[in-house]
Amino acid sequence: MNKTVFVGVLALAGMSASVAAAGLLDEVKTRGKLNCGVNAGLVGFAAPDANGEWGGFDVAVCRAIAAAVLDDPNAIEFVPTTAKTRFTALASGEIDVLARNTTWTFTRDVDLKFEFTGVNYYDGQGFIVRKDLGVSSAKELDGATICIQTGTTTELNLADFFRINNMDYDPVPIETEAEAQQQYLAGACDSYTTDASALAANRATFEDSANHIILPEIISKEPLGPLVRHGDNEWGDVVRWTLNALIAAEELGVTSANVAELASAPGSNPEINRLLGTEGTLGEMLGLQPDWAVKAISAGGNYGEIFEKNIGEATPIGLARGLNAQWTSGGLMYAPPFR
Amino acid sequence: MATLTDPRKESFRLGMLIYDTRYRSLTIQIIALFGFMVFAAWLINNTIYNLAAQGKSTGFGFLSDPAGYDINQRLLDYSSQSTHLRAAFIGLLNTLLVAAMGCITATVIGLFVGVLRLSNNWLVAKLMTVYVEMFRNVPVLLWIVFTMAILIETLPAPKDFRGDDPAASMVLFDTVAITNRGVYIPEPLFSRGLGDFPVMADRTSPACEVGEIGEIGDACGRFQVSLDLLAVLLVFGAGLYASNRIAHRAERIQNETGDRPTTWYLRLGVIILPTLALLIALGFHLGRPELKGFNFQDGVYLRNSLIALWLALSLYTAAFIAEIVRAGILAISSGQTEAAAALGLRSGRIMSLVILPQALRVIIPPLISQYLNLTKNSSLAIAVGYMDITGTLGGITMNQTGRELECVLLLMLVYLLISLSISAVMNWYNQRVKLVER
Repeated sequence: MNKTVFVGVLALAGMSASVAAAGLLDEVKTRGKLNCGVNAGLVGFAAPDANGEWGGFDVAVCRAIAAAVLDDPNAIEFVPTTAKTRFTALASGEIDVLARNTTWTFTRDVDLKFEFTGVNYYDGQGFIVRKDLGVSSAKELDGATICIQTGTTTELNLADFFRINNMDYDPVPIETEAEAQQQYLAGACDSYTTDASALAANRATFEDSANHIILPEIISKEPLGPLVRHGDNEWGDVVRWTLNALIAAEELGVTSANVAELASAPGSNPEINRLLGTEGTLGEMLGLQPDWAVKAISAGGNYGEIFEKNIGEATPIGLARGLNAQWTSGGLMYAPPFR
Repeated sequence: MATLTDPRKESFRLGMLIYDTRYRSLTIQIIALFGFMVFAAWLINNTIYNLAAQGKSTGFGFLSDPAGYDINQRLLDYSSQSTHLRAAFIGLLNTLLVAAMGCITATVIGLFVGVLRLSNNWLVAKLMTVYVEMFRNVPVLLWIVFTMAILIETLPAPKDFRGDDPAASMVLFDTVAITNRGVYIPEPLFSRGLGDFPVMADRTSPACEVGEIGEIGDACGRFQVSLDLLAVLLVFGAGLYASNRIAHRAERIQNETGDRPTTWYLRLGVIILPTLALLIALGFHLGRPELKGFNFQDGVYLRNSLIALWLALSLYTAAFIAEIVRAGILAISSGQTEAAAALGLRSGRIMSLVILPQALRVIIPPLISQYLNLTKNSSLAIAVGYMDITGTLGGITMNQTGRELECVLLLMLVYLLISLSISAVMNWYNQRVKLVER
């Protein structure tokens, strides 16, 4: 009997010990691997290629963090998540950071106890339809059957949009991107709705992509960004400033091509020097090496390079920068100063 | 003289708890119980501690917040402004609907397949064996997804019904539309209906104010009961009862005189005529589904997801039920069949009057667990986007509110209650059919 109590107390003590353990940053360093939650498959944002190598816009954020912390952009364990499983995976500690086109909302930030570390893509919810449906505006979708991914903000936006416009619709809830495509392409839904960027990514994979249009209405604000658990501010800072470093690098003209040269010796621009660690101790403050940002930028380039390579106009997805241009060219991408 | 002395009364010692067989089992049980309680306490404590560490509060207050999402298949009124609790309830009704449909269909198919598998016709028996082995040995989730894929990929989309020379057309005299979104069948309508009756109405709410033409708003009451349906069911039930009485009377006459009066036309008439008269009085007619806008409108819409789930669950469970039925029939000795044949009964009547009533005693207990399995398997609904209670409470609500613990606990409680209810009903039935020993 005494033994049972003893084991119980021991286990309880073990539990509390693990909660009070050192910060996630140290844990990731000792583990030597970053557990990154990504989309289970959305071309351009996160998808494995023919060799099983993960790539995409969100994956690039993971790679930059792994490079900054572990000096190896490939030291990552990618954990594919669905819209439904992603928050449980993050809250339970299965993943260190979630970079899976996730919308920053009040409840997720405050009530679900997550911390959004910034925005890597300003998005909005749109509708995709077949051209031969003869619909040119979302306001004409009264009575339509619409496929949605369940467990997302899109579900709530959709309900609001149709209620406000006094229209009727038939929602078909769907678990994954692939199933949504199957139903939409078979004509089981008239329209598929999700973030406009994801629609463009989906359309790029259709065989007859020219026969589908994305309707002009954007019915919501969807700032997408990486998030971490509440309460570990050091780790949150690492993720936040790695993302900021990528954005600032584009603004300052630091690219994957010239970063090595710029980092070899202090240059004339003090902000570049501070960013790349040739001046000041910003890296040390974060608990990282002085050249953390150099490694992050070398991993996949600055924000602009990542955008163009994965989802930019030269790719099949063909997204324009739009809101995601630097603030200096009329967009919303604005990194706080590195000082 | 020998003196009988009582054996010296042993005083109780602590060691006896282990070494005395009278106490040992009790000691072990108490220790095990205590250990279990400590483990349970640790589990609960651990949960509360870790939730507190994450800064999460627990509570069921979120159930009264507006859900914010829409549900496609609603048996009761529901809008995105309804509460999470109501969304869960709508989901529960969908679960019960597919479970009830599944249990009935699975029983019917299972009974036929089980009987036919014992058929003397080699081809029929082998075909049934193939069916049973095929469905029993593939996971039910695959059957559900497979059925859904077939429905979506092979059936025509609603737009194929459009135009002067449509690629697809409605079947059964243009009354049933089979599309890859579901099947639309005619709906029963009443031109001189009695209206609806709101249940659990809150008379003070503005929706319940009686309008100028005496109509009550749709949103009044927790749910609406169709008086037409109620009336039809009542009359039909009364007809069944009357028919039952006639049968009893015929039985009595047969026992007294040995001649059984012909009653089938009386029994049929007493069921059909009053119901028919009521339907005519209410102005019963069928509303045909029509293609308007993007979809067919009017008519009863059986969604793809419902059909796929229902079919897959029924066919899968029917394979198991068939085996149970076969086992039940084989458990009755062949002497019974031969004796019945010697009395001059035809083979169909031997089955229905002699074999099946006895086989039921063997069949029912395992049948209960098949019903429970089917009901629990219906939680795979999310694979095809059917909004059952796992999809609403355990899916969207859980995801939007982040209350995993509360939602999962509620879900477990609901499934437990459903299963216990099915068990209770089936056990009651089992009590009735089981062998009465004198």
